[in-house]
Order: sequence, then C-alpha cells, then structure tokens
Amino acid sequence: MTNELDIFVGNTTLIDEDVYRLWLDGYSVNDAVALRVRSGILEQTGATAAVLQSDTMDHYRTFHMLERLLHAPPKLLHQLIFQIPPSRQALLIERYYAFDEAFVREVLGKKLSKGTKKDLDDISTKTGITLKSCRRQFDNFKRVFKVVEEMRGSLVDNIQQHFLLSDRLARDYAAIVFFANNRFETGKKKLQYLSFGDFAFCAELMIQNWTLGAVGEAPTDPDSQVDDMDVDLDKEFLQDLKELKVLVADKDLLDLHKSLVCTALRGKLGVFSEMEANFKNLSRGLVNVAAKLTHNKDVRDLFVDLVEKFVEPCRSDHWPLNDVRLFLNQYSASVHSLDGFRHQGLWDRYMGTLRGCLLRLYHD
Amino acid sequence: MPGKLKVKIVAGRHLPVMDRASDLTDAFVEVKFGNTTFKTDVYLKSLNPQWNSEWFKFEVDDEDLQDEPLQITVLDHDTYSANDAIGKVYIDIDPLLYSEAATVISGWFPIYDTIHGIRGEINVVVKVDLFNDLNRFRQSSCGVKFFCTTSIPKCYRAVIIHGFVEELVVNEDPEYQWIDRIRTPRASNEARQRLISLMSGELQRKIGLKVLEMRGNAVVGYLQCFDLEGESGLVVRAIGTACTLDKLSSPAAFLPACNSPSKDMKEIPFNEDPNPNTHSSGPSTPLKNQTYSFSPSKSYSRQSSSSDTDLSLTPKTGMGSGSAGKEGGPFKALLRQQTQSALEQRGGSPHRFCRRREFPFFTLTAFPPGFLVHVGGVVSARSVKLLDRIHNPAFVGIMGNTRSYKLLDWNSFNSDEPETRDAWWAEIRQEIKSHAKALGCHAVVGYSESTSICEEVCILSASGTAAVLNPRFLQDGTVESCLEQRLEENLPAGCGFCHIPYDELNMPFPAHLTYCYNCRKQKVPDVLFTTIDLPIDATVIGKGCLIQARLCRLKKKAQAEANATAISNLLPFMEYEVHTQLMNKLKLKGMNALFGLRIQITVGENMLMGLASATGVYLAALPTPGGIQIAGKTPNDGSYEQHVSHMQKKINDTIAKNKELYEINPPEISEEIIGSPIPEPRQRSRLLRSQSESSDEVTELDLSHGKKDAFVLEIDDTDAMEDVHSLLTDVPPPSGFYSCNTEIMPGINNWTSEIQMFTSVRVIRLSSLNLTNQALNKNFNDLCENLLKSLYFKLRSMIPCCLCHVNFTVSLPEDELIQVTVTAVAITFDKNQALQTTKTQVEKSLQRASTDNEELLQFPLELCSDSLPSHPFPPAKAVTVEKASPMSEGNFRNRSAPPCANSTVGVVKMTPLSFIPGAKITKYLGIINMFFIRETTSLREEGGVSGFLHAFVAEVFAMVRAHVAALGGNAVVSYIMKQCVFMENPNKNQAQCLINVSGDAVVFVRESELEVVSSQPPTANCQSSCPGGDVTT
Repeated sequence: MTNELDIFVGNTTLIDEDVYRLWLDGYSVNDAVALRVRSGILEQTGATAAVLQSDTMDHYRTFHMLERLLHAPPKLLHQLIFQIPPSRQALLIERYYAFDEAFVREVLGKKLSKGTKKDLDDISTKTGITLKSCRRQFDNFKRVFKVVEEMRGSLVDNIQQHFLLSDRLARDYAAIVFFANNRFETGKKKLQYLSFGDFAFCAELMIQNWTLGAVGEAPTDPDSQVDDMDVDLDKEFLQDLKELKVLVADKDLLDLHKSLVCTALRGKLGVFSEMEANFKNLSRGLVNVAAKLTHNKDVRDLFVDLVEKFVEPCRSDHWPLNDVRLFLNQYSASVHSLDGFRHQGLWDRYMGTLRGCLLRLYHD
Repeated sequence: MPGKLKVKIVAGRHLPVMDRASDLTDAFVEVKFGNTTFKTDVYLKSLNPQWNSEWFKFEVDDEDLQDEPLQITVLDHDTYSANDAIGKVYIDIDPLLYSEAATVISGWFPIYDTIHGIRGEINVVVKVDLFNDLNRFRQSSCGVKFFCTTSIPKCYRAVIIHGFVEELVVNEDPEYQWIDRIRTPRASNEARQRLISLMSGELQRKIGLKVLEMRGNAVVGYLQCFDLEGESGLVVRAIGTACTLDKLSSPAAFLPACNSPSKDMKEIPFNEDPNPNTHSSGPSTPLKNQTYSFSPSKSYSRQSSSSDTDLSLTPKTGMGSGSAGKEGGPFKALLRQQTQSALEQRGGSPHRFCRRREFPFFTLTAFPPGFLVHVGGVVSARSVKLLDRIHNPAFVGIMGNTRSYKLLDWNSFNSDEPETRDAWWAEIRQEIKSHAKALGCHAVVGYSESTSICEEVCILSASGTAAVLNPRFLQDGTVESCLEQRLEENLPAGCGFCHIPYDELNMPFPAHLTYCYNCRKQKVPDVLFTTIDLPIDATVIGKGCLIQARLCRLKKKAQAEANATAISNLLPFMEYEVHTQLMNKLKLKGMNALFGLRIQITVGENMLMGLASATGVYLAALPTPGGIQIAGKTPNDGSYEQHVSHMQKKINDTIAKNKELYEINPPEISEEIIGSPIPEPRQRSRLLRSQSESSDEVTELDLSHGKKDAFVLEIDDTDAMEDVHSLLTDVPPPSGFYSCNTEIMPGINNWTSEIQMFTSVRVIRLSSLNLTNQALNKNFNDLCENLLKSLYFKLRSMIPCCLCHVNFTVSLPEDELIQVTVTAVAITFDKNQALQTTKTQVEKSLQRASTDNEELLQFPLELCSDSLPSHPFPPAKAVTVEKASPMSEGNFRNRSAPPCANSTVGVVKMTPLSFIPGAKITKYLGIINMFFIRETTSLREEGGVSGFLHAFVAEVFAMVRAHVAALGGNAVVSYIMKQCVFMENPNKNQAQCLINVSGDAVVFVRESELEVVSSQPPTANCQSSCPGGDVTT
C-alpha cells in the first residue's frame, strides 16, 4: 500500500514556520523529515513518521508554488490562489529574502553574474550552507539588484516598495546592491575579521553622503538622467577629492594640521606619543585613499586600503577605540582651522563618512 | 425582452507572457452571452491591460438569463496567426435575478484555462435590468431563491415548508462525442464545462418552476449532482425542499439572539401566504394509533433498507418496491392514496397539497423547533442499474456556436431517457416512502440521494430519516393553531423526538423499548440512528464523536448483467456488516445514538467499498448502552479462554476510557427515583437481536433493560478476531481534538471565530498480491485512520479544536486505486469556557430546568407579539426599505474595503457549516455552483499527481472566493465539494480532474461589531449564534 497521491489544501493556506525554515535552508523532504523527527515533534504530538512525511511533502509543495510569487512579492499580496493573512505574507517574504551572514560575506562586492553563480558550489562547501539555499540567496541578491539598479530615488525605498521587505532587511539589501554595483573588495584575508554588519554600516553612510542621490532632494538639473541615483558614487565628488591632496603634499599645511591635532589632544589620549609619531603616516594614508578614488580599481580596494593604511597601524599600537574616535574627530575638525585650505565642504563630505566607517571597522 | 444584461470589462492583471519576443501580451476580451459576442479593443504590449470598455448590453429572455452563463474569454491578439486563448471566466448571473440577493457582480476573477490553470485575473462589472413580464406563459422561474443550506437560512423565517422538489436533465457527454477525436483537449473540456453550466442553469430553472407551482418562493437544501455515465451520457439531477420564506425584517443589530430560529418564529406572527382561508383548527390527535403493515424479516434494527436490481434477479423483499411500475397511472394513484396521511388530513389542508406531495421528503437536516415530532430511524434503499446509451440524435454542434447547445427542446429530443432515470429514482423514493411508513412515519427528513458508477453499472442510493412532523409548518397554519399545538402536546424538552412513532405491539423490527429516561412517559428505543443533525433542543450528555464503519468486499470482474447480479448479491451483506460495525463502535464509545449518518457504497471493477460516517452521542432520553461481550467458541481450551477474557478486559477498558474521554456520565439518580431496578442475570443474545418479546411484557417501571442487552461478539474464526481487533485499533483523536460529521459538536458551545476549511485527498495503490478481504479492509481502514491522523497533526496549532462536518467520499478510479476525499472545517473553541461546560450533573439538571423555564416564558412572548396587529405589512415593507439603502451601502463598503486594507485581497471564509461562529449572516447573495475541469499533459513537470491536484484544488478555492467577493460577499456557507473525479495516466504523463463545488454566498458581520448595541453578555451571543449551541443542558 503506497500513497499514490496525498494532498491537503486549506482555505487559509497553512504555513508551518519550522518547515518553511527547513525548506529555505535547502533540505530535501527526507532530510527535513529526519530533522523534524530529531526535534522531538513525534513525541510531542504522538504522530507517526508517515504523518510527518506527508505533512512535510504538503508544505514543500505549497512553498514550491509560492516561490514563483515570492520572486515578486507584490504579486503575493494581489494573487487570489492562496489566502494568506497579511502577517503571514510578511513572514513568508521576510524569511525568503533573509540571508546567511556566512553566505553574504562570500559574495559581497562580487559581480552578481553567472560566473559567481558557478562558484556557489565552493561557497556551499566552505560555509556548510546547502547549495540550494546558496542559490536562493544568490538569486535574491541578483533579482533585487536587477530591479533597483536603474531606478531613481532612494535605494532603500525602492527595495522596500518592490520587495515589501522590513526596513532592516531593505537596508541590508541596499548595502548588498551598493557593494555589488561598486564591486568593493571584501574577500581579502585582511578583511576577514569584518562582518556583513560592518560593511552594511559603511554602505549606508556612503549611500547617504557619497552618491548622486545624496547631493540634494531635488536634482539641480532636471534634464540630467543620472540624477538621484543611490547605487553609483558621485563621480564628480570623487574627482574633486584629488584636491584634498594638498593636505599632505603641502609640508606646511601638514605640519600645521599635526600641531593643531596634537595641541588639542595632548593629555587626552592614552596613545598620544604613538599618535604623534604616526600622524603624518596616518594622514597621508587617509588623504591618499581619497585622492585615488578616481580610479575604479582603487574604489574597489577602498576597504583594503582603509584597513591597511589606518586600522592596522592603529591596532598594532593598541589604540583604544575611544582614542581612535577622539583622534578622528580632532583630525577632521582641525582642518577647519587651516587657513590655506579651501575645500572645507569637500573635506567634511569625505571625512564625515570616512570617520564613521573607520570607527566601525576598528575592532578585532 | 424581459432582461438586459450589462457587462463592462475594466482591466486585467498578472497576465501570462504570450509573446516570447517582447515578453508581453496584446490582450483583448470576448464577452459572450447566448449567441451574442462583443469584443474589447486590443490593449497592446502589457501584462496589466486597462481596457475600461464601454457597457456591453445583451437583451435576453429571463429564461436565457437563468440557463446561460456569461462567458468571458481573454485572448492574445496575433496579427499573423490565430489569436491564442489565455483563459476564460464563466460567471453565473443567477444571483442577480432575485431581488434580495446581489445587485451587481464586480471584482477580480481568476482567468482559468483547463490546461494551464489560473493565468492572471480580470476585473469585470456585471449588472442586470429585469423588466417584469408576468403575463406571458412562464418558462422562467426568476425570483425563486436557492439555498444549499440544509436548514432554514439564518435571516429568514419559514412560513410554509412545502416539501420535496426534484428534477433531472440528461445529455450526451461532449467527451464521448465523435468530434472529441478531432478537437483539442481544451476545446473538449470547455465544451463540457459549458454544457454542465447550461444544464445546471436549466435544472435550477425547472426546479424553480415547480416551486412556483407549489406557491413557494425558495428551495432550501438544494443538492445538485452530476452522474458522469461515460458513454451513456451525462445526468444532472437535483433535489431540494420547497419553502415559502419570509425575510426577517428586524435588523439583527438590535437582537443578536434572533439568530436562533426559535426566536425568529415567535417574533413575527404574520405570514404573507396568498391563501389566508386555509385554517387548520381541527383537533390534534395523537399519531400513535395508526396501523401499519410491515415486514420484519426485511429490516434489521433501526435501519430499514433494501437492495435490488433492475433485473429482478434477486427476489424483492422490500415492501412497495416490487409494484412500482413505470406506468404513470396506477403508480400515481397509489401515491396519492399514500400521501393522504392522517397528519395532512388532520391539518385540514386543501387537496392540492396532497397531490403535489408525492414524496413527503425533506432535504433539511436541521429544523425549526417543534417541527420534528418523532424520529423513527434511518431508511435507505439501493438499486443496481445497467446504463444504456442515451439516445441523443442530432447533437453534433456541441462545440460550435449554434443553438443546438440549448437544451430547451430537450424533451422532444430524447423523450424517453430522462423518463427512464426519473423512473429509477421514483422507484427508489417509493421504497423509501414505504420504509418510512413501516416505521410509523409519514415523512422522511435529512433525505439525500447518490450514485456510484463503474463502467456500465450504477448503484442508486437514497437515504433519510423516517419522521413524524408537526403539520403547522407544512401548510399555512395560523398562529393560534400553532399555539394550540404547542400547549396541547406539551412535549418535554429534549426527548420528544426520541419517542417511537411506531406501534410498540407491532414493531417493524425487533427492537428493545424502554420508557424515556427523560420524561418517563413514552417509549424510546435503545439506540437511535438518524441522518439529520442533532435537534437543537435534544438533551445530550457529554460530547459526541465521529464514528466510521469501513468495509471492502472483493468482487469478481464481470460484464453487464452478471456484474449487476454480483453486486446486488453483495449489497445486503455489506449493509449488514456496516451496520454491525457502526453498532459495535457506538457501544464501544458508550453512546446510544447516531446523527448525520451517511452510508456510501462505492462500486469498482473488482471490489465494493462501504463507508459509513456518523456522529455518535449519548442522548439522555435513551437508555445506557450495554457493553460488548465476547464469547469464545471453544470454551474447553484454557489458553483460548484466557485470550477471550483478555480481549473482554480490553474492550471494557476501552469503553470506560471512552466514557471518560467524551464526558459521558449519565445521572445515576434516576433509577432511585423511579424505584429499584430488578436485577436480572445478563442474557446473551446474538448480534443485533435484542429480546423484543420480553420487552413488551415488562412492567412500566422496569428500566433495567438497558443493562441486559450486552452485545455478544462470538470469536469463532479469524475473521471475527480481525473484527474485534479493528474495533480496538481506532485510536481516539489526540487530546484537544474532537471530530463530528454534523454541523456542530454536541457539548461544545463556545466557538471562537477561527475557522479553517480544508480538503484533503488521498489515493492509495493496493499491491495486487494481497487482495483478500481482510487485507483490503485493513488497507482501507489504515487509509482512513492515517488520513485522520494527518489532519489532527496538520491542524495541531488550532487546539483546542473540533473538526466539524467531516465528509468522507470514497471512489475507486481504477482497479487497484482507492481514493478518499475529505472536506471538513476545523473550528477552535475557548478552552476556559469549555471547562465550564464539563460541569457536574446537578448543574446540568439545573440548567435544564432553566431552559424549560425559558420555554415557558416564550409563550407570553408569542402572545404579546400576537396582540400587535397594528402593522399591516411590516415584513414586506421592511424588506424593500432594506433593499433600497443599507444593503447596497453594505455592498459598497464591502467592495471598497479591500483596496484600503493595504491593497490586499479581501478575505473570504469558506465553511461546510450553515453558520459562521461568532458572526451573524446578514444577507444571502445566491447559490454558488461551479464545475471545473483541469487537464495536463505535463504531469511530471507540474509536480506529479499530488502537485497537479494540489494546485487545482487551490485554484478551485480561489475561483469560489473570487466569485463570492465579486457578489459583495465575505463567506461561503454550506460549502460542499460534491465531486472530485481524478484520472491519471502516468505513462503518458497525463492527468485529468473534474471538481464540482457548491455553497451559499453570504455577507456576515462579526458579532463583536453587532454587540455595541446589545447588552447581552458575549457568551449568550455566541450560544445563540450557533444553532444547537445550547445543546448541552
């Protein structure tokens, strides 16, 4: 006696959160059943393994049918086939678009192309996440990227509107899209200590301050096609950053800057001497990073450079985080007192964001 | 031109990509009604076209309006090749034809294709302007309301319940026409869908005409079925109960309690029947004194049934069945004679009633209080027939566009065929009627008919509950007579219906009678089987439970007549065994009555399946059931004896456990009050044969009979052993779960509003190796039990909950396949309040007393309302006013609500029950009756058979919901999946499925929203909203 056919359809679609998670994690029906058995559900409910198998199959079928709709979440809201309460719809969408930290660290900043997709095998082996789950996550990234890539307006808002994600998740996706678009290198060994959260934090600051969309609410030139784009860095701004070079190229200016910072921080910094000794190196590093951003390749290496030129030197001298904060604040602020320097606005736009990023990146 | 149909195509969304090159679609719409077709413009390159068409107007007969569906086809325009069909929407415009239902159909409909399923949605607005034209000869029956609900719909009051209406129409099945060989599967499916839609429309119209003839205005308990007879054709038949209904004028907002029919009856003393001169003032005489002829050999226990074949190969033992000829004359005369029952004469009803009421049958399962006087027991009849090809000349243009589709002239086409089918059913009904008569009953309630077809053999089945009814509902009795009736009969609440209607000296079957445990005045049987719902006023102890008897019997493969003979030889044995199983299981549960009994016999190529489902309860009026005794055949064998006693212990333990589980603790005090019972030694009796001889002689005070009729199971062979084992293998549902197949569960009355309707389908393949009866039985038993277990597991998040209206359907699609389809609704209830209901006996009797008081209080109420004759036509007036303003506003609000709520789709509830817990139905929008075919030639790609059917069932639900929402409704009540025919051919990667569903579209309002005005506590509201919610007293 074998079950040739076995279905259960509710007027309200039944969603089992645990089974949904197993499905999202890419387990086969049999693996899912085994995992559920291990969770002790049989003892709790007095069910048999056959019941569990049938139940799991049913849910998997439902999820499979829902998947097509989940690719365009607004469709899930308007479709008539599955009657799902709004709270459940939100849960389905949110969980479907949720991703694993380990996975996102692997693909963050990579081109979301077929090539990368081929590497998913390796990623799966490396992270222990099933290939199926990797594919789903990768396809999610790619799908969101494709939809919002060319869109005007706020990146987070666009994602939220088209994928109905929570604010938190939409922000994460904004970071993923932003990183994928700008191809920031995140995979180097040096950067391994950084979490996705660190990068997402930086991405948000950069989107807010360094993109075209960041310049103003209304585009100044209505004919401009590239206005108000959140995904691309403001090219003009990057060009202008060259001007900052004077801060390290002009010896007087550099000395003046150093003395201003040192005067202000004397006695306040535990690592004052180290700071004093390293000031020129650090300043050179930070300004050179800015000056190099005209080249795409250097943009990609932004995080590598920041870690190399700033985080690592400080860390080797054991700067406490608070000292780093005091230093960066003073370092940025002191420039306003440099009479010969004319690019105060530019400096603030650059340093304001960079300071935030560096503070976030500065940990073990 | 009595009607103008107006249609507007607004927009489409989520259309499929039809042009691969552009990934877009150039969609346009064809709107067709009858022979007229309109087209919208082509909306280029969009998956979300905005047609915003003009109003397409069709000027048509109201007859066409009733028969024809509106057909909307969405197509993709193609400049170079033929336009591709995207899909269709069929809209039944019937709900627009009667005044109180919907006024407009407007909303998003799924676009359905029989090959691809749902492909996007289309927004349509439909309106009808009807011109009254009463002078012409009426072919249409616009205005007759149809309800699937098998009780008087919640916002109506029954003025008269006229009785049985039936009709059937026959046609050739398009799938079996020669043209099917050259047309595409899609065209064939669509022809079938359209034909069935037409036939249903025609059938409904014809039934409507009959109702008008009876001067009724509604059909309640309307049940329409299809018989797919294959080569021999397609039969669409329907039965129902004609009624004259009054819309309750008092807006519910002020009186949430008026939900319960008992109050409805009393609040409105007026009736608008056109015959005010028919007074029934004759004295009411007891019904007991009639004499009946009966044949005890035929019937066993409470169930009277028979099986015979058309071929008369088996001697007909049932009374009345043999003489039922096909000639109209003598047949009708006989009927007329029989319908002149004492009851009708007494009521002084005019003779026209008698002539019309050929069969005093009622498809209702729940009744207004006082309607049901006595219940006799289940009556059923089956008949095996051989199907012939339906002669249907000149029916070729089926897929085309001509009038040949119309079934109008259909009687002239094949004059004999419907007659044949009619005669078959008439024969069966006649038999049912005579069974009922043998039980001392003049009517049959909870009546239903069904068929099972395999190749050219067809089993026709009918069953119902023999009953004695109160005549005041059957004719336009006046209020005075009702009062009189009530005062005179003065039946104690909750036991009257249990009292035997038949003569105890001349019992139709060996039965065991005792005095009613409730009133001590009348005799009651020891067990009662019925097909109806538990009456609202019945006194029940503890909770009920679902009881099923399952049975398989192998049958040799045979052809035609030999096959029919084999089947009809097997049928009596099956019925007997099903009955035995039911009885044993009932006793095992410690209960004494079955409600909602439905026995289904399914015929397959090489086997017969029997599945009986019912809800067991403990009726306080009936005696405590005796236990089950096991007797061994070989008493000398010591180890065997030990085994037997071991089994006996197990059974006793199970009974004790069940009594605890279902909270069955009948009052012990009763016997002390009456006098000490005479202890008698336990008598052993054979199965199902209780000692009726002695029961006639016992003294009136002897109530001890209940103790001595212990059932004896003789374990004389392995078969019997298996039976005992199978008795014990039925596991009770996990704690927190209850199940029943009636509307509500006795003993639970605090439902919350969380409901989940579902359909579950399972097909098992039997390994051909072990095809013995035992193995079959075990497989079938496991299938049902596992299915139930799965349901309990799936719905565990709803605990505490009850599966209500559990409806099992068995079919045998192929040699080794068994298909079981279950539809039910899970309803959660409040655990805290549930605990309160498990109160002690004292409280229970106290409560009973209080309900008695309530009963008494209602008389002054009645009189009060009676003495207010100042409103000349209050109900009529109120109805029109209501129709004019608040309802249409309600509609508007309903329709505009979904877009506001986050632009999600409005929720539509579906339930097989006639009510929605915690809510009040404010309006019935019309009947939903839909038939769908789905076919695939890429079964594997669609996820195999399970994937295919899962998607299809989900789609069917979606289409039902969409239609209800478009009517302005938010729920379907009395929903039923009447058919789910699944066929597969995995080798060809093909599958096909036909689904037929129906129900009543309604508007409901949450009671919490109504409560603002009401001062009643919520518990009271809840109770009143559920019919029978106050069962446990």
